[in-house]
Amino acid sequence: MDHPPPIGASSDQAEWPVIEVSHVSTRFGTAVVHQDVSLTVVRGEVFAIAGGNGCGKSTLLREIIGLLTPTTGTIRLLGTDSRQLTHSNGSPLHRRFGVMFQHGALFSSMTLAENVAVPLREHTPLSAEAIRDIVALKIALVGLPPDSAIKFPSELSGGMRRRAALARAIVMDPELLFLDEPTAGLDPIIAAGFDDLVLNLKRLLGLTVVMVTHDLDSLWRIADRVAVLGEGQVLGLGTMEALARSDDPVIRSYFHGPRGRAAHLNHSGRGLHRD
Amino acid sequence: MPDVAPVERALRGMVWPARSVLVFEASGIEAFDTGGAVVLYRALMEARRQGCEVSIEGLRSDYAQLMSLVSSNWAAMVAEVAPRSNGSERLKTAIGNHLVRMIRGLEFLGESATALVRLVAAPRRMRWRSCLNSLRLDGVNALPITGLLTFLIGVVIAYQGAEQLRKFGTNIFIVDLVGISLLREIAPLIAAILIAGRSGSAYAAQIGTMKVTEELDALQTFGLSPIELLVLPRVLALVVALPLLTAYADVLGVFGGMLIASNQLNVSFSAFLSRFEEAVALRHMLIGLGKAPFFAVIIALVGCYQGFQIRGGVDDVGRHTTISVVQSIFLVIIFDAICSILLNWWSL
Repeated sequence: MDHPPPIGASSDQAEWPVIEVSHVSTRFGTAVVHQDVSLTVVRGEVFAIAGGNGCGKSTLLREIIGLLTPTTGTIRLLGTDSRQLTHSNGSPLHRRFGVMFQHGALFSSMTLAENVAVPLREHTPLSAEAIRDIVALKIALVGLPPDSAIKFPSELSGGMRRRAALARAIVMDPELLFLDEPTAGLDPIIAAGFDDLVLNLKRLLGLTVVMVTHDLDSLWRIADRVAVLGEGQVLGLGTMEALARSDDPVIRSYFHGPRGRAAHLNHSGRGLHRD
Repeated sequence: MPDVAPVERALRGMVWPARSVLVFEASGIEAFDTGGAVVLYRALMEARRQGCEVSIEGLRSDYAQLMSLVSSNWAAMVAEVAPRSNGSERLKTAIGNHLVRMIRGLEFLGESATALVRLVAAPRRMRWRSCLNSLRLDGVNALPITGLLTFLIGVVIAYQGAEQLRKFGTNIFIVDLVGISLLREIAPLIAAILIAGRSGSAYAAQIGTMKVTEELDALQTFGLSPIELLVLPRVLALVVALPLLTAYADVLGVFGGMLIASNQLNVSFSAFLSRFEEAVALRHMLIGLGKAPFFAVIIALVGCYQGFQIRGGVDDVGRHTTISVVQSIFLVIIFDAICSILLNWWSL
């Protein structure tokens, strides 16, 4: 194994920063997206990036995974400068994280099982039988029925496509899982199921999860820490409880709008119930 | 995950002694992921199938969790999935699909025709802006490439003809050769084939992408007809553009032939043009230009129709774009051949 085992990481590794974003600024032409953004994600947490539309959440995610290069500043991903990802295809780093794109980004010419098998087939010398077994396990893990494996993406519903994309993102047992708006456009029941699924996978596979989301329910339920982006900066960073007490007007309006309050009540209600 | 491969090969090559008691000593496992768990579980099940009594000892508790993850999902993993369909059924659906496609094609033709009738009844509904835009994109912007190609074709025909005509000393007949073949057949065909590749494919891709992104559905919810909005302007634009392009191609093609005639056969420009007047009857040009609007209708309708046929996703866009080009060139040549036969019949 060229990387630490996914589970049973010893405690000194627990605080090891898996992602370090330091002093990142991004400009597209004259439009300033980020200005001096810094944050760290530590091993084993569910880290959420929140903020209003167009505040540069997805851009930041794309910079972390090397699809975009920040104008200034550095991003270290698992100890390596993520700029290296941009110019090197198939570096070992690519095998250590999985990405679930907002609309699934499943390859439309392949069946679901073939889609999930792509990283295994390209990056491992495993036999076809072993690949089939591992793919079947991942498909079962995300809760898709076995017969969906031979379907093409166009034959799947939006929620199933999202699950298939998740199965593809976790097929290599990555240390790091990136989710871009995983619950956007899903109905509340499926969205809640998705949250549980992510928590479950995180527990079972020892994942570190970084997600970009608008979904306040998700934030309350699964995020360990949340960074709120706005005006090109990190407006607040901490647990949801801490952020909910923040005085920053933007964060207040974000978390204390009618929807934010409902999500909070919902969450604390559930918490009481559980106690 | 990559390091599982040698273990997997070793385990698969293993021959378990039948009906024995096996104990897997697992305390030596240093790293374990779902890949390893799947491979190990597969080996356990294989041994069990051969009547062995299997147990694992010394597996770390977190690794054991991964094993139980596999065992709890095993039933779903090995579930037999029914294959899509067998041979005869596939043949049946293929024939069925073909019939459906033919009917859809007719349906599309009918819808376009009724939309045209409605438009003639109320000409103010015509989308002139979109029509003019099409005219610019598919007509004006195609001028350079069409001109260059037919010029070269004229050169090529004249060169090939020059060889033969010089042998008989009938140099002046180069005018008949270049003039009639270009005006009547080659210029309209070259222009049509170019436009099929350039614009027919674009129509299929544009309309197909609009379908994939649900823009067509949006139009329909406004009570707007996609045929009236998207198809008719394009058909009309091509019907105007293609004859004009053909006339332009005629001029440049003949000019190419004329250059070679003066260069290779000593037929001067003035001799060429005066012979042109007597040798090439007007009907040849009219027949060539007359076919162009029909070619235009074929190309535009096939392109748009293939666009509407796109169902799935990105893949389908590429496939139907290709089909639109192949089909429209095919139909154009068929139509041209039928014209030749009929005109010959009427000795035109």
